[in-house]
Amino acid sequence: MSHPGVKETFVRVGGEQVRVWEKGSGAPLGVLAGLGGLNAWTPFLDELAQSRTVIVPSLPGFPGGGLLHKKLDTFADWIICMLDLLEAAGLEGKDLVGHSIGGMLAAEVAAFSRASVKSLVLIAPLGLYDEKDPPADPFNRRANELPPLLSTKPAEFAKERLTPPAGLSGDEQTEWTIVQIRATEAASRLLWPLGDLGLARRLHRVTCPVKLVWGAGDRVVPPSYAQKFASGLAGPTQIQIVPGAGHALDFDAPRTAVLG
Amino acid sequence: MKLLWFHLMPYTDLPDDFTKKHASVWVDIDSRLFDPAKAHGMYNDFMDELEFAAEIGFDGVCVNEHHQNAYGLMPSPNIIAASLARRTRDAAIVVMGNSLALYNPPTRVAEEFAMLDCISGGRLVAGFPVGTPMDTVFCYGQNPSQLREKYLEAHDLVMKAWTEPDTFAFNGRFNQLRYVNTWPKPVQKPHPPVWIPGGGSIETWRWCAEMDYVYAYLSYFGYKLGQATMDGFWAEMDRLGKDRNPFRAGFLQFVGVAETRKEALEMYKEPAEYFFNRCLHVDARWANPAGYSSEATIRARVASQVVAAASKATDAVAYGPPSFEEIVDKGYVIIGSPDEVADQLREVAVNMNVGQLMMLLQYGNMKKELAFYNTELFAKRVAPQLKPLFEDKWEDRWWPKPLPREERALPRAVVVR
Repeated sequence: MSHPGVKETFVRVGGEQVRVWEKGSGAPLGVLAGLGGLNAWTPFLDELAQSRTVIVPSLPGFPGGGLLHKKLDTFADWIICMLDLLEAAGLEGKDLVGHSIGGMLAAEVAAFSRASVKSLVLIAPLGLYDEKDPPADPFNRRANELPPLLSTKPAEFAKERLTPPAGLSGDEQTEWTIVQIRATEAASRLLWPLGDLGLARRLHRVTCPVKLVWGAGDRVVPPSYAQKFASGLAGPTQIQIVPGAGHALDFDAPRTAVLG
Repeated sequence: MKLLWFHLMPYTDLPDDFTKKHASVWVDIDSRLFDPAKAHGMYNDFMDELEFAAEIGFDGVCVNEHHQNAYGLMPSPNIIAASLARRTRDAAIVVMGNSLALYNPPTRVAEEFAMLDCISGGRLVAGFPVGTPMDTVFCYGQNPSQLREKYLEAHDLVMKAWTEPDTFAFNGRFNQLRYVNTWPKPVQKPHPPVWIPGGGSIETWRWCAEMDYVYAYLSYFGYKLGQATMDGFWAEMDRLGKDRNPFRAGFLQFVGVAETRKEALEMYKEPAEYFFNRCLHVDARWANPAGYSSEATIRARVASQVVAAASKATDAVAYGPPSFEEIVDKGYVIIGSPDEVADQLREVAVNMNVGQLMMLLQYGNMKKELAFYNTELFAKRVAPQLKPLFEDKWEDRWWPKPLPREERALPRAVVVR
């Protein structure tokens, strides 16, 4: 999906073609998208591109990420794949913004390979599991339950993120739908069943500066998890709670200044 | 043709307001509804029914595996099958089956099925379902994105465990074993016949053709919807150059038989409604996790009217159960006098070209007396009209090949004091 000023390229990772978007100027900033991935460039990314060269590599199995997830059987496979992907996208050792599952993967990469990440902005990252206040199961929702789980603007979210854009042919609509389902499958492949892969035991390895950004209305991962992350991290941390935003903070509050 | 007697083993005591007060019969059903003392009676009634079916001449008895639900009380069908192996003489023991990806390691299935084949003297049919999403992904926590790959790998491991005489190492994506040497091995060589319960995916049809397995279409929605799926199956067999041997295919059908259609309608209304309302009351949130269906199947589902019609029927049940009139009119349950039922089933078997017909003669909250009546009337007055079908033209290469009858052990009579 083309968008004014966005350069779309493809890099080869694990034998698959993976989409990379780029827009803006200034120091490079990697962005790893959240659950569902991105079918189109967003106002949130535009906001970041005001001051930075924003580089958005697709995650395996997410829109633009092809079937790469199907080759990832183990957690080690995912980590190696993420290191390959960041390298191929020119993001090794750079600042990263990671949202939701993208935030979890960004934190994991930083824990496994300190040199790979300069700083992190984690927006409602997954990866921790407190059984007294567990994250929601995003995979067992009826279609009408998903928008209010993810967003504080469910009707708009459903229309813009979960409905095929106007003007697609029947076949194109089918493929659009399959890409959406594939993104959920890819997230399941990593997170099933609880989303706890042991990040809590590795957070102490993350020594770079980390900013934690949470929507006050997040119904997937409760905002209380910001403190849980902060207390496990080894480097300097900041917490920013965004009123009126849910888990899809990039959609609900696209003008949020998450940098700095 | 073969006539088999299939038991789902439903919990028969769900309250009348179950569908109003509870979201789902599966996965997170309120366990306070389960009364173990009542289940004692149910299990024993159900096993009586299976034994009676074998005794009265059904070719086989079928059991299957489900978890955390009131739809079917058999988390382990092998336990029931073991008892049937002792309490029946000639009937095939059809375990439909063990969901391969749920066993760690899957050689457990090779072992237990081999035990059943040895105990029964070679009467086992080995069924390998993927398993429903409720059972596999939600109750047993399997990763939906890896389930099918894991299933196929487990299948390869079980087959090798049955057929490879030497101890071997297995280096799979999901299973790594240094020493595989299954002991016991099955009586039937090279292995028991394999039947694959499926829901209408083209990949499963192709795989059954390639492996020479029986494809069993287990639908609750009768022959009118089943016809489209079986037409698709046979078109695919034609395309692959396979013969139209009807014993390649199995089909499940609910039946209620009585002296007259009027009587039958009265007798089977309650258990049929119980099944289609309460037993199929599955919350849609458990029905279709991403990754469970392959992308090819999703594409086909969108493209093909056939499967679209079938999934629509499923949705209808998930959101609003059918009336008894619909249940009968749409052929979910075939209801009538013995001759009427025989006529309809002949049409079903011939039109769908299905040689392995699995009858559901107990369903819902049907009491034991009625299940016995239905079973006996079917065996005596319906079955004889159907049995000769296909037998003159086709060989059932997918039926168990037991030890000669005189060489098979007879359990010692037990004196209960």
